Amino acid sequence: MTSPVESYVQQDYKYGFVTDIEADTVPRGLNEDTIRLISAKKQEPAFLLEWRLAAYRRWLAMTEPHWPNVQYPPIDYQDIIYYSAPKQVKPLGSLDEVDPELLATYEKLGISLSEQKRLSGVAVDAIFDSVSVATTFREKLAESGVIFCSFSDAVKDHPELVKKYLGSVVPAGDNFFAALNAAVFTDGSFVYIPKGVTCPMELSTYFRINAADTGQFERTLIVAEAGATVSYLEGCTAPKRDTNQLHAAVVELVALEGATIKYSTVQNWYAGDSEGKGGIYNFVTKRGKCAGARSRITWTQVETGSSITWKYPSVILQGDDSIGEFYSVAVVNNRQQADTGTKMIHVGRNTKSTIISKGISAGRGQNSYRGLVKMLPKAVGARNYTQCDSMLIGNACGAHTFPYIDVQHPSASVEHEASTSKIGEDQIFYCKQRGLDTEDAISMIVNGFCKDVFQNLPMEFAVEAQKLLGISLEGSVG
Amino acid sequence: MLDIKNLTATAGGTEILRGITLTVNAGEVHAIMGPNGSGKSTLAQVLAGHPSYEVTGGSVTYKGQDLLDMEPEARAQAGVFLAFQYPVEIPGVTNAYFLRAAYNAKRTAQGLEELDPMDFLDLLEEKLKLVEWGPEIMSRAVNAGFSGGEKKRNEILQMAVLEPSLAILDETDSGLDIDALKIVANGVNALRRPDSATLLVTHYQRLLNHIVPDRVHVLAGGRIVRSGGKELALELEERGYEWLTDAAGAVA
Amino acid sequence: MTATAPRATEPGWLAALRREGAARFEALRFPTTRDEDWRFTDLAPVAKANLGAARAAGPLTEADLTPYLFGHAEWPRLVFANGRFQAELSRLTGLPAAARVEPLADLLADAPELVEETLGQLAVQPASAALVAQNAAGFTDGYAIVLPAGAVVDTPIHVLFVSDANAVLGTTLPRNVVVLGANAVASVVESYLSLADGVALTNTVTEASLGEGARFDHCKVQREGAEAFHLATFDARQERDSYLNSFSFAEGAAISRTNIYTTLAGPGAHATLYGLYLGEGRQQVDHQTRIEHAAPDCTSWEVYKGILDGHSHGVFNGKVYVHPEAQKTDGKQTNKNLLLSETAKVDTKPQLEIFADDVKCTHGATVGSLDAVPLFYLRSRGIPEDEARTLLTYAFAADVLEEIRSRPVVDHLEDLMRAWLAKAGRRGRAAAGRESA
Repeated sequence: MTSPVESYVQQDYKYGFVTDIEADTVPRGLNEDTIRLISAKKQEPAFLLEWRLAAYRRWLAMTEPHWPNVQYPPIDYQDIIYYSAPKQVKPLGSLDEVDPELLATYEKLGISLSEQKRLSGVAVDAIFDSVSVATTFREKLAESGVIFCSFSDAVKDHPELVKKYLGSVVPAGDNFFAALNAAVFTDGSFVYIPKGVTCPMELSTYFRINAADTGQFERTLIVAEAGATVSYLEGCTAPKRDTNQLHAAVVELVALEGATIKYSTVQNWYAGDSEGKGGIYNFVTKRGKCAGARSRITWTQVETGSSITWKYPSVILQGDDSIGEFYSVAVVNNRQQADTGTKMIHVGRNTKSTIISKGISAGRGQNSYRGLVKMLPKAVGARNYTQCDSMLIGNACGAHTFPYIDVQHPSASVEHEASTSKIGEDQIFYCKQRGLDTEDAISMIVNGFCKDVFQNLPMEFAVEAQKLLGISLEGSVG
Repeated sequence: MLDIKNLTATAGGTEILRGITLTVNAGEVHAIMGPNGSGKSTLAQVLAGHPSYEVTGGSVTYKGQDLLDMEPEARAQAGVFLAFQYPVEIPGVTNAYFLRAAYNAKRTAQGLEELDPMDFLDLLEEKLKLVEWGPEIMSRAVNAGFSGGEKKRNEILQMAVLEPSLAILDETDSGLDIDALKIVANGVNALRRPDSATLLVTHYQRLLNHIVPDRVHVLAGGRIVRSGGKELALELEERGYEWLTDAAGAVA
Repeated sequence: MTATAPRATEPGWLAALRREGAARFEALRFPTTRDEDWRFTDLAPVAKANLGAARAAGPLTEADLTPYLFGHAEWPRLVFANGRFQAELSRLTGLPAAARVEPLADLLADAPELVEETLGQLAVQPASAALVAQNAAGFTDGYAIVLPAGAVVDTPIHVLFVSDANAVLGTTLPRNVVVLGANAVASVVESYLSLADGVALTNTVTEASLGEGARFDHCKVQREGAEAFHLATFDARQERDSYLNSFSFAEGAAISRTNIYTTLAGPGAHATLYGLYLGEGRQQVDHQTRIEHAAPDCTSWEVYKGILDGHSHGVFNGKVYVHPEAQKTDGKQTNKNLLLSETAKVDTKPQLEIFADDVKCTHGATVGSLDAVPLFYLRSRGIPEDEARTLLTYAFAADVLEEIRSRPVVDHLEDLMRAWLAKAGRRGRAAAGRESA
């Protein structure tokens, strides 16, 4: 039976184009010389090179984890290009000097790097393969003391901050992919919000993988001093290629006393074709530390892309009365696999965490929620609430829920609820009887299912996310 | 308006409608009554195009069109409204969003411009009065967590907004207390127009005290076994269905 | 350890089963915490103890058993002491003529074909592989219940596995088989008791095959000694419209691990899994359950509750696995835990794995302490705090006990609960006294 939805927006992954631009790449493969080369290209201080080399040596002794509920052929780490950057003649003085080809690329992705054209008051750091090509509104932000720049610039301009916080939440040897990232990371975003400052605009990073056979290893560090507030968004796309590409990022968030960090992701890496050929391996370590009392970290993610997603944005709730939140929508279609969730580690007293996870599986997709809620012995009065819902569309997909709950104090309370459902035939008929066609009905029902998460996204991202959801699920309903 | 000829239908291979013939003219209210399992609700669902039922014979003409040939949403857009016996819950989708989407789907089908949210709110305000509700109901998810009575009122609200030409009310009175019943009945009466028709499917006579039908039909064993004026309903109230169903049994 | 006395007369398939078990256990040994299925329970002390086979028990009398008979000495009863059948303490009268209820060793000697398709065939989950292998290699006896189609045994069959001082530093490997024909009905209560303290290992395996429309009530009462190790695996296979009602009560042993698994293999099969575990001192009490929905239209319902005091550690690891063909599955799983002390801890891991789209599955887990509101309510009505706490804790546990089919067992376990809570209350007051002092 051909469903009306199969004809529904039979549009391709619209971000799948390739930018033809001359690139400066390092030879394939990984050894200490590759790392020295990357570090030299970036003119890094000695401490950072040492840090990288130490991470690399630890990585050599580690084995790739295979506990996630995902399957993929072995990755040949010597067949990856660890650095690729668009060639540029001289250091950039202003946006006007950015290669027009790159500006056009971002325009095409719907991200304008021209500050005049940005009406919504969002500052953007654009990362293209291994480097940041532009960061908008830097001066305006600097007026309120906010530092928003590429990681490379931060290393040059604020080495003391980098030294203090780099690896403080995700240590270099935290896990296999984090260690690899520490050894070879090339760029990323750096955000520093001084004491008591509420960042005057949304900050965002747009990640673009362009070159073939490269891995993207970016590193983002956000520090919010006491009483500071920031909302940060990231978006990701990549060209359609029939080989897999590795994206192993690390994100570290530090919230000091009373600080708030809201980190939102709309992840739309190329997911591979309907037979599972190509696509990004998205193996990411994201962790925040509520270091100070009454601090708050919120992760919101909408994961629709990547052939394999493996990430657990987590919060260490160290400060008393601190709050960690995780809101997630993960969609898998065709042959996509996702193993995602969160860890909430309650250390301090009266810490609170909320986890809302919505998994949608269609086609032959496999979607796993994996979460850990840990209440340590000093987490007096700590609370967690977890709600974890799955929706299956079609009978060739799967939904899996693996929550781990570890409680070591009697006054802590943990509540976990999970459910699995399908879109009811009666729901679709009800909508049709009110005049809506099938695809509108499905889109409405799915968006309703995800509402608890979408309402935590900044407005324009929420709209984007809803559209993405419709596209990711196209052709999935029979 | 509606012309049903010798309609037969099955569900899961079991024949439920065994030849229904019925004509409803514009401006009329017809009541379909009958005992449980007589096929009343099936008739309502078949007219709306529910995929669980298979039409095996007969015809249904609605405003000159072959109704059975139309998709459920096309029927709705053409003015057929079914008030569900068991209204469906749609978590996370607000009443306001749902109603506007339905309203605009109909307008688009009629070649009219969609109504923007502000204009739609004005329209709603008026319709809400009909079911004696405040605007707060609009931000609740469609039927989710509604009581039985609230769900039925919500059906009437939807009907008021969508202004159907043919309204089919499937046991809308069941499970309502007397106050809610009055609100529902007042809503239905207020929406009666000379160019629209209403089909009331009900088990009990009490709704007919509030909505007076032009014709009453008794369904038993998938057939109409008796038709009459509003006095037939009173007779049924007094004598029950048995005297008619026995007769139907003899026929079957 | 090696098999003590596999009989020379054993059929070839059984000999093969034992050989495979021995080889497998030799290869696997006891699982370690590196194994995901065992990450919260460390069997190193069991492995380290390296226990040989338990010696035969000393003389036992009816009076020794009386406290454990739920007040119903007249129930059909099989008694095993240190793994050996005690004919003089058992009573197998009042059963339907067609029913075979007897020691497994007797059945294997007489009509092994009755259990050939069940014994060694059902307990195949990888998580229990090492335990099942050790048992297969060395088991000598246990109970067998084989009911033909339509046979109904109304009264519970009580099976007591008793260990005495001669079991100390020994291993007992009970092996049990239940085969119920179509529409047959049976109810078993398995009691595990220690009449003497000391390090000892019980590793028991029960396999149950439920024919179409059969009903099986399985209630396991684990009250082993404070130093004992208790490992148990129950694995059932359910045909169309059959019903399994399982209950696991765990109060004893230093380290206990109970695996309860069932496969809903025929449409319309239904399983209810209940459990209550109590931990104090340094007890480690672990339950793993797995419900395989392998056919459409099956339902499962699971509630496990735990109360942990002292430095005890409770573990619940439950999985509901819905195969692609198991459409219209309805599954609900709940695990609730109360921590009574600052040093007790709980790891709970309720999991769903779903491969069919038209299913209704939910699970939930909670860990916490008593709710302040009802506590205050009771105190405002004049009930002292200690008493109110005990009352509410009891209420927390009691509703799950009600799910046991046999009323006398419910009553008896309720008494046990009360006694346990009274003890916990005394410990709590003593601790509070020390703190304030």
